[in-house]
Amino acid sequence: MDFLREMGRSLRLSAALWLLTAVIYPVILLLAGAALPFQANGSLLTTDQGQVLGSALIGQPFTSDRYFWPRPSAIAYSTDPQVAKTGISGASNLAPSNPALAERIATEKQRLQQTGTQPTGDLLYSSGSGLDPHISPASAIAQLDRVTRARQLAPDQLRSLIDQATDRPFLNLFGEPGVNVLKLNLALDRLNR
Amino acid sequence: MLSGWLQIALTLLIVGAIAPFLGRYMARAFQGPDWLPERWLYRQIRHRTDEPMTGGQYLRAVLASNLAIGLVGLGAFWLQDRLPLNPTGLGAPNWDLAVHTIASFLTNTDQQHYSGETAITYGSQVGILGYLLFFSAATGLAVGIAFIRGLSGQPLGNFYRDLTRSITRVLLPLSLPIALLLLLNGVPETLAGPAIASTLEGATQAIARGPVAHFEAIKQLGENGGGFFAINSAHPFENPNNFTNSLEIVAMLAIPTSLIFTYGEISQNRRQAWWLFGLVGSIFLGLVALSAIAEWQGNPTLAPGPNLEGKEQRFGWAQTALWAVTTTATMCGAVNGMHDSLMPGSGLATLLGLFLQMVWGGQGTGTAYLYVFLILTVFLTGLMVGRTPEFLGRKIEKREIILASAILLVHPVFVLIPGAIALAFPEQLAGISNPGFHGVSQVIYEYASAAANNGSGFEGLGDGTLWWNLSATVSMLAGRYLPIAALLLLADGMAQKQPAPATSGTLRTDTFLFTTVTGVTILILGLLTFFPVLALGPIAEGFALR
Amino acid sequence: MNNLAKKMRRTPGGPRSQRRHTPKVSHQGLYGRAVQQAFWKLDPRQAVHNPVMFVVWLGTVVTLLLTIAPDLFGSLADPNARTVNGAIALILLATVWFANLAEAIAEGRGKAQADALRATKADTIARRLLPDGSEEAVAASRLQRGDRVRVSAGDMIPADGEVLAGVASVDESAITGESAPVLKEPGSDTASSVTGGTRIVSDELTIRVTADPGQGFIDRMIALVEGAERRKTPNEIALTVLLAVLTQVFLLAIATLPPVAAYVQSPASIAILIALLVALIPTTIGGLLSAIGIAGMDRVAQFNVIATSGRAVEACGDINTLLLDKTGTITLGNRLAEQFIPVGGHPIDTVARVAWAASWFDQTPEGKSIVRLAEKLSDRPHPTPEGATGLDFSARTRMSGTDLPDGTEFRKGAVDAIKGFARSRGGSIPADLDAAFEQVSRLGGTPLAVCENDQIYGVIYLKDMIKPGIRERFDQLRRMGIRTVMLTGDNRITAEVIAREAGVDDFIAEATPEDKIAAIQREQAQGKLVAMTGDGTNDAPALAQANVGVAMNSGTQAAKEAANMVDLDSDPTKLIDIVTIGKQLLMTRGALTTFSIANDVAKYFAIIPALFASIGLGPLNVMGLTSPNSAVLSALIYNALIIPALVPLALRGVAFRPLSADRLLQRNILVYGLGGTIAPFIAIKAIDLAIGPLVG
Repeated sequence: MDFLREMGRSLRLSAALWLLTAVIYPVILLLAGAALPFQANGSLLTTDQGQVLGSALIGQPFTSDRYFWPRPSAIAYSTDPQVAKTGISGASNLAPSNPALAERIATEKQRLQQTGTQPTGDLLYSSGSGLDPHISPASAIAQLDRVTRARQLAPDQLRSLIDQATDRPFLNLFGEPGVNVLKLNLALDRLNR
Repeated sequence: MLSGWLQIALTLLIVGAIAPFLGRYMARAFQGPDWLPERWLYRQIRHRTDEPMTGGQYLRAVLASNLAIGLVGLGAFWLQDRLPLNPTGLGAPNWDLAVHTIASFLTNTDQQHYSGETAITYGSQVGILGYLLFFSAATGLAVGIAFIRGLSGQPLGNFYRDLTRSITRVLLPLSLPIALLLLLNGVPETLAGPAIASTLEGATQAIARGPVAHFEAIKQLGENGGGFFAINSAHPFENPNNFTNSLEIVAMLAIPTSLIFTYGEISQNRRQAWWLFGLVGSIFLGLVALSAIAEWQGNPTLAPGPNLEGKEQRFGWAQTALWAVTTTATMCGAVNGMHDSLMPGSGLATLLGLFLQMVWGGQGTGTAYLYVFLILTVFLTGLMVGRTPEFLGRKIEKREIILASAILLVHPVFVLIPGAIALAFPEQLAGISNPGFHGVSQVIYEYASAAANNGSGFEGLGDGTLWWNLSATVSMLAGRYLPIAALLLLADGMAQKQPAPATSGTLRTDTFLFTTVTGVTILILGLLTFFPVLALGPIAEGFALR
Repeated sequence: MNNLAKKMRRTPGGPRSQRRHTPKVSHQGLYGRAVQQAFWKLDPRQAVHNPVMFVVWLGTVVTLLLTIAPDLFGSLADPNARTVNGAIALILLATVWFANLAEAIAEGRGKAQADALRATKADTIARRLLPDGSEEAVAASRLQRGDRVRVSAGDMIPADGEVLAGVASVDESAITGESAPVLKEPGSDTASSVTGGTRIVSDELTIRVTADPGQGFIDRMIALVEGAERRKTPNEIALTVLLAVLTQVFLLAIATLPPVAAYVQSPASIAILIALLVALIPTTIGGLLSAIGIAGMDRVAQFNVIATSGRAVEACGDINTLLLDKTGTITLGNRLAEQFIPVGGHPIDTVARVAWAASWFDQTPEGKSIVRLAEKLSDRPHPTPEGATGLDFSARTRMSGTDLPDGTEFRKGAVDAIKGFARSRGGSIPADLDAAFEQVSRLGGTPLAVCENDQIYGVIYLKDMIKPGIRERFDQLRRMGIRTVMLTGDNRITAEVIAREAGVDDFIAEATPEDKIAAIQREQAQGKLVAMTGDGTNDAPALAQANVGVAMNSGTQAAKEAANMVDLDSDPTKLIDIVTIGKQLLMTRGALTTFSIANDVAKYFAIIPALFASIGLGPLNVMGLTSPNSAVLSALIYNALIIPALVPLALRGVAFRPLSADRLLQRNILVYGLGGTIAPFIAIKAIDLAIGPLVG
């Protein structure tokens, strides 16, 4: 009986705490979000016509020689029509000792080498989220030749684009520099379609 | 390489700089007088919160409230398809997944056998899981504070008051600025459904979003770790850049590191607090180094450079290794890279964090485990100097040893036994996705994560099955409530003992020597228990890769 | 002057070597019996009492079965399985047996000790007095508490008791080793209690038996050292719990291993898993735990101390405060008159005469020394006048003296007591009395004022001699963290001087029995554990109140009953030795537990790579052991041999040095922790080198 009374008591207390943490607290953030609509809605990039191109924070698949390629994704950057309703994220979850990983990397390596791209680590290893927007500056440089050839642009021009699309580490120390592939490719498209 | 070590060192320096202040703040927050709105709250439940509870009463309140909240949460989760805020039209969960999920969030484990995007409505994320993030962290914090009080010879306090204060004075005030900073850096906070984008190459991309920022803040701060999205803090919307990454690491570490100083304040033993901070910090650094070296070396047979499989480019090997060890050491369980794809050295480091449970440890309970090890060390060393062992002047006797030992036993029982059963039937039960020694690690990690209330996983494991949902639920519940019961009774017993004054014949526990001995005891007791499975899991895998 | 008298009769503690004088303990045939006993203890009904060793026992049975039928739990590839299993079974059996042997040796020594004690109370025929005054012969062992018996010269005293009538000298050498007979008489605090087993050498006594059969001090001690009534101390229970839990943890770790091993295609042999389990569980401490406890009680008995429980001995190790009587403990029992100091202008020979007169009836060494000094100063004889009566010292009046039939009253005693007396008789206080009082006090002496009726004549300076070596002992105690408090009837100034010279931490001057209890309670209120020594009846409440009370064997029955220990030598400083034994007991347990756990590291590194050599755990074989089988057997042989190797340590106890706790820990961690980690690596490697070629 005491135990039941105790349960009732904690439910009454929880009702108030619930109001505080599951209603008031999120509402404050939603209001703040209303003041920061770009961030709050997923940093969406749109065309001039208002068509959503993607998110500045989310990677996209690229296969054309005219674009810089992103890192391998286990979920094809959430573009599988089957899951289009909700969006997904995910990784390969392959262990370093798993032969399947060695196989996949070998295939990837071959593919890159066929296009004359020097395989770098981040272009061989798939990302954690499957939505990684970045590649390493080295990987961008490795693809420079291919894209210049396809686009017929001067390498130096591309180098400065790469530089502009590079997100530096926090305080130039925490984390690694990353070239935002979507932003880079958008800049490419703006330069020549 | 160098910059990698530097960023790790700097992050830890920041934590070290915050902890003493936050520790002192928490001591004051829990020991001070009621605020007006709090008093109003207590009146609503018609309960004298200024009356301290005995260990048994405190425990009953913990169990009753957790059961009540768990049942209500379970019911609401079941009905999620009929509740508001469901823009993607998700259905109700399986009964076993529902039980596992609620148990998981209730026990501060946040092990997820589902993908957030495809299984949980916004309504459930905000209204059910969002509350459990606060409630479970507050429960742990309250128990930790009660334990510290008992150890210091004070009454345990009142659970409802401690629970309320955990939320009103610690978790909520800290979550709010963190959430705002996250939002500012691009973590979404919206009730709108997924955005549909047409990519530059013409594909259709579904971009999941939702009310993430507020969820993310308490998920990190409260040592919960249950991600809004399937891929947790590796997702660019949960952790968009290296500022948020560092912020989230510091948020994970903030409360468990500070609680050591809270202990120092409440027990008036600041010197020991510094020693313990140094001890746990050293073990933590050792684990980080083990993991960081392994990731930095990578797997040269596969690809040049550090291991980046399952890692995000923006974080790199150093931030991912630091995060992996931090999240397993603090029992948070959020990940910013995939643990299944970590090198065996990191697998070892993360598993050790889960086994030891006190390298900072979970919200409240981790600090308590630290003192349980301390009590066991005091027992052994006290004998060695020829006195009935005493801690803070209170004798360690049969009752204390029984309760401390019970805590020591919970982990092996609820990790090794189900692990052995699953591995005995690899086809039917285990759902192992990575063959060989790594398979052992996958299974053991899953149960260790459940029993330690961590929640991270070697996510390749096919864990969305009836067996995994139910067996992990058992491990989570046992790993949460049995130690809490033992801790509260232990603290209660200690509080009632008459303290003896310290003399030169008393073993001082705030010295370098004692602290070192404690460290070695922790490592030996922790390692000895799990050495065989570690040998057959990550250690054998490591040798195989060489 | 009962209080003073009793204190004077104490003999100062001699050098340590002389104090161990329990009747000869015979260890003949002890080891032969122990070897046999060790086999009897293999009986599962006995084995089950020690959970750690019982696991080894069960392991022996299973490996034995596996020797007979190697494929009992599925067949294994190893063609040598039967031989290896047999070897494992044999070593496990040896492990259990060694543990039994350790216990049997400890018990055997205890038994020998008990036999020696028992020899002191050969069963005699007692003469019991019946209510009608007649006597009947009855076996001493059948005497009940309250019976009255008569003993005369040449008889053995049949039981512990209290003298009701008669005066006799008793030879107590059987229990104390002191050869000089002791005077026993009724009514006095000190001389009225007799111990069973001692012999009366002259005259006759009537004694009331104070202990039921088998309940006398010696009986209790016999039971304790024999281990028959050995109940585990709380501390031992806590340790047993911890060891049991460690055993369960390892049991879990090993029992869950087969499916894991099978999953990685490296099935483990059951016999080798059992070997691993036995190597990991704390068999070293588990096997030696009871031996340590028994040996501890044995050592207490060797010090000629009778303890009523093992708990009391261990409590000694925790003592924070030690209350000691000054006289007999800190100072030599006999204070001697050194000087007369006249006051109020009286000549010195008058002072001597009055002092002499006041001491006519005082038979204490102090009184006699006053008479001697007075005789030296005055050549006139002072015969005791006809009809004079003596007045004994009492704690209340704090003076003694002589009354003459003509009403003259001679008094000597504490200065303020004499002041009060003189005033009550209408006298005045000489102005220089206080100066004399202070002069003596500052010398650390006891000032006694003397008066005749209302006239105070002077002060006697009683000189106190601090025992040689006592200062060092107190220094030791201080390093061990024990505070010493001196109790004395002396005035503050004297007490302070003596306290400073002796090096005690604190003192309580002008202490009454109530002060003692209050002092104990005050310390206990701060959470301290207090030990005290005492012997008088008025010490009994304080002895009972103290956490450890040690009664002197020369003390009263009441004191002995209130105490947890009786010192047969009546040497109050022996408490220090008992404290050491108590600490040693705990230290030995702690050290061996630490050693046991530290050993596991090496054992893991020996057995795990051997067990899983086929799956590439070879690099873990850091010791470079010859082969998997040799590695397992070497670790197990080490595990078995370490038990007998540590038996001497278990029986002797870890060496105790009076250091601070931190220094002690440093030392013991280095020896037993670090040593316990390293030693097995070397030993296992050595055994492997020896047996490797044989096992292959």
